[in-house]
Amino acid sequence: MEVFIQQLTNGLAVGGIYALIALGYTMVYGVLKLINFAHGDLFTLGAYLGFTILVSFGLGGRIGVGPAVALGVMLVMGLSALAGHIMERAAYRPLRKSGRLSAVVSALGVSIFLQNAIMLVWGAKGLAYPADLLPRFVIPIAGQPVPLLRLVVFLTSILVMVGLYAFINRSRVGMAIRASAIDQGAAKLMGIDVRQVIALVFMIGPALGGLAGLMVGVSYGQITFFMGQLYGLKAFTAAIIGGIGNIPGAMIGGLLLGLVEAFGAAYVSVAWKDAITFFVLILILVVRPTGLLPERVAEKL
Amino acid sequence: MLELKGLKVRYGPVEALHGLDLSVGEGELVTILGANGAGKSTTLMAISGLVDVSAGEIYFEGRRLDTLRSHQVVELGITQSPEGRRVFGPLSVAENLALGAYSQKDKPAVARRLKWIYDLFPRLDERRGQMAGTLSGGEQQMLAIGRALMAEPRLLLLDEPSLGLAPLLVRSIFQTIRAINRAGVTIILVEQNARAALKLADRGYVMEVGRLVMEGPADKLLHDPQVQSTYLGGIEPN
Repeated sequence: MEVFIQQLTNGLAVGGIYALIALGYTMVYGVLKLINFAHGDLFTLGAYLGFTILVSFGLGGRIGVGPAVALGVMLVMGLSALAGHIMERAAYRPLRKSGRLSAVVSALGVSIFLQNAIMLVWGAKGLAYPADLLPRFVIPIAGQPVPLLRLVVFLTSILVMVGLYAFINRSRVGMAIRASAIDQGAAKLMGIDVRQVIALVFMIGPALGGLAGLMVGVSYGQITFFMGQLYGLKAFTAAIIGGIGNIPGAMIGGLLLGLVEAFGAAYVSVAWKDAITFFVLILILVVRPTGLLPERVAEKL
Repeated sequence: MLELKGLKVRYGPVEALHGLDLSVGEGELVTILGANGAGKSTTLMAISGLVDVSAGEIYFEGRRLDTLRSHQVVELGITQSPEGRRVFGPLSVAENLALGAYSQKDKPAVARRLKWIYDLFPRLDERRGQMAGTLSGGEQQMLAIGRALMAEPRLLLLDEPSLGLAPLLVRSIFQTIRAINRAGVTIILVEQNARAALKLADRGYVMEVGRLVMEGPADKLLHDPQVQSTYLGGIEPN
C-alpha cells in the first residue's frame, strides 16, 4: 500500500508533466502535420529560465515565495512562448511551401541549436534547483506521507489542460484553430488568418512545455541541457498513445504513461522503466494503430 | 465590380492560367464554363487569394485584390463555396455556419443572417447539431453555400455546386442560387452543367486550358453552335 500510494502520486505528477509537453506536439501536429522535434528543447529552456529567475536572481528572497513562484511561472511561460514564436518565424514559416520533410529537418536543426545554445549559456555541467527553494510540505494520503508538491504539479497540469480544452472548444479563436486543423484552405475561405493561428499554436505549446520544464526543475532539482531529449521522447510517445493531433488524447496518454512508468519502476524494475514505457507504446499501437482516441478521423483537436 | 487583368497563375513549372481577362458587374450572375483543367477553379482560388498570382492584377471595386491575403479578401466581402464543398466534417452544421461568420463582428446581424440561411435551406435548420461529415452530398452543398453566405458577401464565388447531386436537387440548388442573386449578391458560378448554368446566368465565359475562348450574354452562348456541340452535347435533356 505504501509503495502503491507513493507511486500513484508520483506517476500522476510525472504523467501530468508528460501530458503538458505532449499537448505541444499534438497541437502543432494537428494544425501543420509537423512533428516539432525541437519541442523537448523548449521544455529544457523553460527549466533553465526558471532556474535563472527563481534561483540565480533569487526572486523568492526579494518578493516572497508565493509571488515569486506566480511571477516565475508567468515569466517562464511568456518567454517560452516567445522562443516558440521566434522558432516558428525563423525555422518553419519560410518552409511552409516546401515539402514536409524540409520542415522536419529544420525542426531537428532547431533542436540541436537549442541544446547547444542552452549548453553555451548555462554550461554543460547541469544545474540543480536547491531543495529548499519551496517549503516541503507533506500531507497524508491513506496514511502515507505524500509531498504536497507532487499534488500541486499534478493539479496544475490538470488545471492547465482543462483550461486549454475549454479554450479550444469554446472560444472563437479555439474554433479557428480547430477549423485550421481540419482544412487550412477552407479555413482561409472563412476569413481565418491561418498564419496567425499557426503562430498562436507555436506559442501555446512552448508555453505549456516551458511550464512543464519549470515544474520538473522545482520537483526533481537536477536539470541538464539534454533533458529535453528523453522527456520529449516520452511526451511524444504519450501523444501517439493518445492519438496524435487529439488534445484529450495527449492528456490521457501522458497520465497513462506516467502511471505505467511509476508502477513499472516500483513493481518490475527501475532499470526496465523506459523499456516498459516503450513496450506499452508498441502494445497499444499493435492493438490500436491510431492511438487511444483518434476515431473520428478528422477530429484532430 | 470585379476585374481580372492578364491574370497568370502557375503551379510549379506548369502555367494554369495564361493571362485571363474577365470582369463582373454589380448584381450580375456570371458563369464560367469549361472542361476539367480549363482553369476555372484556379481562377476562383486566385480571386480568394488561395493561390499566388504570378502576373496580372485583380481589382475589386477599384481596390487591388491580388496583393491581399485570403482573410482580407473575405473582409472585403468576397466569399467562396469551394469545389468539393470542403465543409468541416467533424464540426456540427451550426459550428460550420458560425465559422462562415468568422469575419463578422456584428452579432445581431449574424443572427439575422443565420435565420435567413435556415429559411433558405430548411434542411440545415433540421440538422443544426449534426456533424457536417455525416450529411448527404446535397446537404453538404447547401451547408457550403450557406456558410459562404454567412459573411454577408457582396460577391459570392460558387465552384461546381451541382457536382455529384441528383438532378432534382440540382434544380433546387440552382433556384436557390437565383434567389441569392436576386437578394443582391453578385455571383460567379463555375459549372460543368453548362446548360443549367447558362439558363441561370446573365453572362458567360468559356475557358479552355487556361485561357478564355468565348464570352457573351448567356442566352447567346446557349444558342451558339460551337458551345452547343462542345459543352451542351448537342441534345436537349430537359
